[in-house]
Amino acid sequence: MDFNLSEDIEFLRSNVRKFVKEEVEPLAMKIEEDNEIPKEIVEASKDMGLFSLSIPEEYGGLGLDMVGKCAIYEELGKTHNGFTTLIGAHTGIGTVGIVELGTEEQKQKYLPKMATGEYIGAFALTEPSAGSNAANLKTTAVKKGDKYILNGSKHYITNAVDGQVFTVMAVTDPDKGAKGITSFIVEKDFPGFQLGSVEEKMGLRGSHSAELFFEDMEVPEENVLGEVNRGYVNALKILANGRAGLAARNLGSCEKLLEHCLEYANERQQFGKPIIEIQAVQHMLSEMTMLIETLRSLTYRVAWMTDQGKRVVKEAAIAKLYGSEVYNKVADLAVQIHGGIGYMKDYPIERYFRDARITKIYEGTSEIQRNIIANELVRETRK
Amino acid sequence: MNIYVLMKKTFDTEEKIQINGGVIEDEGAEYIINPYDEYAIEEAIKIRDEHGGEVTVVTVGDEESEKQLRTALAMGADKAVLINTEEDLEEGDQYTTVRVLEAYFADQEVDIILAGNVAIDEASGQVGPRLADRLDIPYVTTITELNIDGDTVNIVRDVEGDEEKIETSLPLLVTCQQGLNEPRYPSLPGIMKAKKKPLEELEIDDLDLDEDDVEAKTETVKVFLPPEKEAGKVLEGETDEQVKELVSLLKSEAKVL
Ligand SMILES: Cc1cc2nc3c(=O)[nH]c(=O)nc-3n(C[C@H](O)[C@H](O)[C@H](O)COP(=O)(O)OP(=O)(O)OC[C@H]3O[C@@H](n4cnc5c(N)ncnc54)[C@H](O)[C@@H]3O)c2cc1C
Ligand SMILES: Cc1cc2nc3c(=O)[nH]c(=O)nc-3n(C[C@H](O)[C@H](O)[C@H](O)COP(=O)(O)OP(=O)(O)OC[C@H]3O[C@@H](n4cnc5c(N)ncnc54)[C@H](O)[C@@H]3O)c2cc1C
Repeated sequence: MDFNLSEDIEFLRSNVRKFVKEEVEPLAMKIEEDNEIPKEIVEASKDMGLFSLSIPEEYGGLGLDMVGKCAIYEELGKTHNGFTTLIGAHTGIGTVGIVELGTEEQKQKYLPKMATGEYIGAFALTEPSAGSNAANLKTTAVKKGDKYILNGSKHYITNAVDGQVFTVMAVTDPDKGAKGITSFIVEKDFPGFQLGSVEEKMGLRGSHSAELFFEDMEVPEENVLGEVNRGYVNALKILANGRAGLAARNLGSCEKLLEHCLEYANERQQFGKPIIEIQAVQHMLSEMTMLIETLRSLTYRVAWMTDQGKRVVKEAAIAKLYGSEVYNKVADLAVQIHGGIGYMKDYPIERYFRDARITKIYEGTSEIQRNIIANELVRETRK
Repeated sequence: MNIYVLMKKTFDTEEKIQINGGVIEDEGAEYIINPYDEYAIEEAIKIRDEHGGEVTVVTVGDEESEKQLRTALAMGADKAVLINTEEDLEEGDQYTTVRVLEAYFADQEVDIILAGNVAIDEASGQVGPRLADRLDIPYVTTITELNIDGDTVNIVRDVEGDEEKIETSLPLLVTCQQGLNEPRYPSLPGIMKAKKKPLEELEIDDLDLDEDDVEAKTETVKVFLPPEKEAGKVLEGETDEQVKELVSLLKSEAKVL
């Protein structure tokens, strides 16, 4: 057994760490205030190659395996989660569909531009009627000649505002339920595509989720992603692929919080000594450390299993679920250790507390992850 | 153009320096490219992109310097040369480094050599100018602007905050000052590509030198940390009393008057 990352990955990771620390983190408070990621950060991230994480080398990407991606996501988690989500949604659910299911023509057409960040990717599954019950889509796709005509709407779609390429799920055979859904590659310039209103969220400021409306939107037949009527399974696959990455991002945020806490607890004096000398505070720090280390082991093991080609349905769900619970718990402890200042907006801690919350909801709620784990247990034990 | 950069690895600026048995503790220390050398690398890449040619980054160091060389390659340099003195040399000084570099450059066609203004560890600022002297080419230190037109080179240099404009010619050695440029980050694709770029490793043997040729001319007698900063003193009372007390403290405690 070897818990070391390869030298190459360590090298990539140390450069991402430096970039995040020097270029993104100093502007984190500004992102929060403006609800906008400054252009210069987005451009620098493109130059850095951060948009190319999931894309194979032959299409201009880095060709990283899951362990390598997780090492980078961990570093990206150490700063403003709105920024992390922009990159995470693009490199995760935004590009993975085309990488995993795309035809050679589709890959040639989209991936090189997605690798440079010229095209930003997004994933559009959720609708008002279809959240956890993702098969209950109302958006329809009707074949007409060599085109599909899409009608319907999506909501809560991350990267919708800046997105150029969307992986969209729509109903092609209404009688077949989950087996009547197809995935499409949709460009924002397709006639009939319309961006709706942008949500006001609890957190993840700078990352924008919005509604999409499709009104007789024409999608060329060659933009069907994967097989017709396999869209539901495709969507689940794409989501499953992202789970270890999300756990890694959460891991990074937890590490950053611990760093803040250690610094503050060493500095803050109460009762004539730094509060790090108070056992109650020490125990909170121990708790955080324990949660972080268990999350680290779990995350990289799932990533490694993925790279070994093993079935990780259960493990990835555990990582998504545990990662979000650890993040919420660590963020709560971090606020606690900071006392009053942990609740204040001129300090970053409360921001993580709010941003942690979404991780229990998106990319499959905690309850849905528990369902997946249980389904796997049933599957494994039923003879 | 044949563009060369002299690069040194230095302690990360965030490392706490500790002394153990009279030497600086380097066990587990993080190293970076000397920040002034980053300006040199960036400028070299810009010169190449404008005028064509090849950027070669040279370091006199040890096995671990490979990481900083790889970083330079990832930024965009074409070739790297590690002159590894780890096994052959116990101690060296600026003389040693210059002798080694001189021997290396004896076999190279050079148009321009860029170095950092100083290395932030020992801060001697000697290696660049002394090497130029040995190679018998002109040098300009602390440059903040560089323009090459044919063989003519126009330079702005920083003179303690003032500017000096200089016209000189190739071949040339310059040392780079903050303000010259904004060094780029090595991009992730750049890092992947850097793995395939050539990194040549030499020992002083390969340069027809032996230990005696490069023996240090100076001896480090003692290494110590500056005294720890003590808390400042706040004077109280009427202004003229405070002034009196200040003057007497400057005499008795600080001993500067
Ligand atoms: C900030 C943000 C960004 C998002 N980005 C995207 C995106 O980029 N693309 C995209 O397609 N979607 C996105 N979503 C949508 C997200 O995936 C859904 O919000 C999520 O799947 C939950 O669906 P819902 O909101 O409809 O909640 P509901 O499904 O209505 O769930 C309500 C509650 O019921 C529980 N519940 C529902 N069904 C079950 C069940 N069978 N068993 C147990 N409990 C159940 C849920 O766990 C939850 O607690 C985003 C959402 C947010 C908030
Ligand atoms: C929104 C808001 C409203 C407020 N309103 C008022 C108000 O109206 N009037 C008012 O007077 N104050 C008010 N406060 C102040 C509030 O009561 C303090 O923030 C609180 O008592 C904690 O003190 P602190 O922020 O200095 O944290 P600290 O005392 O520095 O605590 C930091 C951490 O150390 C722990 N800790 C410190 N000492 C010990 C110990 N001996 N044993 C174990 N753990 C310890 C704390 O529990 C905490 O986890 C308000 C604060 C906020 C955020």
